[in-house]
Amino acid sequence: MSARAAELPWWADALVMPVLNLALAFLVSGGVLLALGEDPIECVQIMFNGAFSSGSGIGYTLFYATNFIFTGLAFAVAFHAGLFNIGVEGQAYIAGLGVALASLYFEFLPAPVIILLAIVFSAAFGAAWAFIPAYLQAKRGSHLVITTIMFNFIATALMAFLLVNFLKPDGDMAPETRTFAEHARMPLLQDVFGWFGLTMAQSPLNLSFVWALICAAAVSLLVWRTRLGYELRTLGASPDAAVYAGMPVTRLTVIALMISGALGGFLALNEVMGSQNRLTLEFSGGYGFVGIAVALMGRSRSIGIILAAILFGALYQGGAELAFDKPNITRDMVVLVQGLVILMAGALEHMLRPTVGRLFAGCSTTATAQEA
Amino acid sequence: MESLDTIAQVLASTIRLTIPLLFACLAGLYSERSGVFDIGLEGKMLVAAFAAGAAAAVGHSPWLGLLAGVGTSVAFALLHGFAVITHRGDQIVSGVAVNIIALGLSAQLGSTWFGLGGQTPQLQPEERFLPLTLPGADAVAGVPVLGQIYSQILSGHSILVYFAFAMVPLTWWVLFRTRFGLRLRAVGENPAAADTAGVSVNGMRYAAVVCCGVLCGFAGTYLSIAQSAGFSRSMTAGKGFIALAALVFAKWQPVPAMWACLLFGFLDAVAIRLQGTALPAVGILPVQLMQAVPYILTVALLAGFIGRATPPKAGGVPYVKER
Repeated sequence: MSARAAELPWWADALVMPVLNLALAFLVSGGVLLALGEDPIECVQIMFNGAFSSGSGIGYTLFYATNFIFTGLAFAVAFHAGLFNIGVEGQAYIAGLGVALASLYFEFLPAPVIILLAIVFSAAFGAAWAFIPAYLQAKRGSHLVITTIMFNFIATALMAFLLVNFLKPDGDMAPETRTFAEHARMPLLQDVFGWFGLTMAQSPLNLSFVWALICAAAVSLLVWRTRLGYELRTLGASPDAAVYAGMPVTRLTVIALMISGALGGFLALNEVMGSQNRLTLEFSGGYGFVGIAVALMGRSRSIGIILAAILFGALYQGGAELAFDKPNITRDMVVLVQGLVILMAGALEHMLRPTVGRLFAGCSTTATAQEA
Repeated sequence: MESLDTIAQVLASTIRLTIPLLFACLAGLYSERSGVFDIGLEGKMLVAAFAAGAAAAVGHSPWLGLLAGVGTSVAFALLHGFAVITHRGDQIVSGVAVNIIALGLSAQLGSTWFGLGGQTPQLQPEERFLPLTLPGADAVAGVPVLGQIYSQILSGHSILVYFAFAMVPLTWWVLFRTRFGLRLRAVGENPAAADTAGVSVNGMRYAAVVCCGVLCGFAGTYLSIAQSAGFSRSMTAGKGFIALAALVFAKWQPVPAMWACLLFGFLDAVAIRLQGTALPAVGILPVQLMQAVPYILTVALLAGFIGRATPPKAGGVPYVKER
């Protein structure tokens, strides 16, 4: 029996496989913890408590999850069209410029207008940074993976150049913009709750989280319920079929990547406008790459991406608590766990599939035999 | 005479900065020519740099460091191979995973083992690969131009530098003049045909991935125990990706790969040299612009503005025997 013959029922594909792969990644991480002389069970307890046991912990978990929802959605939209956008990191970084533009240069406007402008600008800047690699891929056949990697580094250089030479206030040493005015920030959810007389624990969780959920719903509608989404999925499933059906492949490629870039750009809303309140160096901090893992874990579905993002958010927040509690462990451990999840859920996703497929095939034959 | 000295210094530093790129670029050449894309060069260099720094510090020998560096890098290369050759996983996703695992693992192990915030202990001179003086270098130092080239630019590097340059013709010979090389290129261009001719596609690809691991090991070892005196967090700083850019820029050819690496190394050396100094007519050249040049050049090449870069045909596609 070849590996392909073992088809899994859809629910096993959507639930059992990610959970198994995740368990494998955690098992290896536990082995590393053991090798470092720590008790993995205790570490998991600390991480779980850190992420979920207090209001503030949950707030932080959801704050990080917001970043992952944006970058996960960004990767997923391009992936539906068969495009591998590894440049979300750079697109999000450049989008920080858009947010800074709205919050610094339009601060004379009322808060809701600034927020609206920030959304539009961050999307526009992220999409613009995706445009050149997209155009080159569509028109010139340049390898998208390599061009987007190059654009990540060009973004790093460009942002450092702009921050050091133009954006940092005169006389300051740190390469960052001045702090945004109070009303030019994304309102924290604890403040929003306060307007209605409710209280909420302290955390950087802000309205971007709500925007992330709206985006998730919108992406779901776009991909599964619109003509554009249908065309994107056709392009992803079979580029030849898309050409044969007369779909505008060049335009679709560019549109898919620009939507992807715009979604990635929203990361800047959460990080720059919601939490740090100024544009800093490297604020995108690797969230773009983890978005790949989030999208793969979530099977490129919005609901899956939200769940996977919360998992990664919990890992981030729990990891911070762990690093605080255990002098031996640093936040690098979380980076390692993320890498292992990408390996198991992404690169090695076919490893367990034949085995699980045989198990299911075995179960269903016994079931039919009993019925007979 | 002073300007000549400056030029000599920049060129000597060009050579030093080129070496990690050259090793990694040749590493990628083996892998990608066999049809296995590898964006995990960066990660393999990083773990190799860490392993080499740690082993040299503990074992007090650069050779032990080299062994550890190459061994660790090969292990990571085999992990990539296991995922993408045996299990036909996505080569890009696997490369991303290798990079992130390397980043987390090297920093975490470093801080737990040595307690220096992710660094390995400062190496003593006898624990490193030190600059060698080529025979007669001191004697000809006084000879203008030619003597200077020999004594200041060509002499005074560690053994790994000469080994890296020796690898260029060797790689060319292996890839284009041996049966192994022909088969390696065949599985990268048309694996089905190679398979029909009785070549084990997976076997060749594993061999190529191991070659890639060995050379990445040299690249990382050079960084931590020849160029610097120990490992520091994320010390590869994107060099693996510049090497990847150089590989594309060289259109997957060994000798052009050397020129591309020398060009990118030269840009880096000039950027370091010019930091903060004003040029006539141009003013102060922004460092960041110089850093971005390799990436911009590569994009321009990919866009077809400077010739055409055609990757190996079967690159990125896992080989499935039965259809």
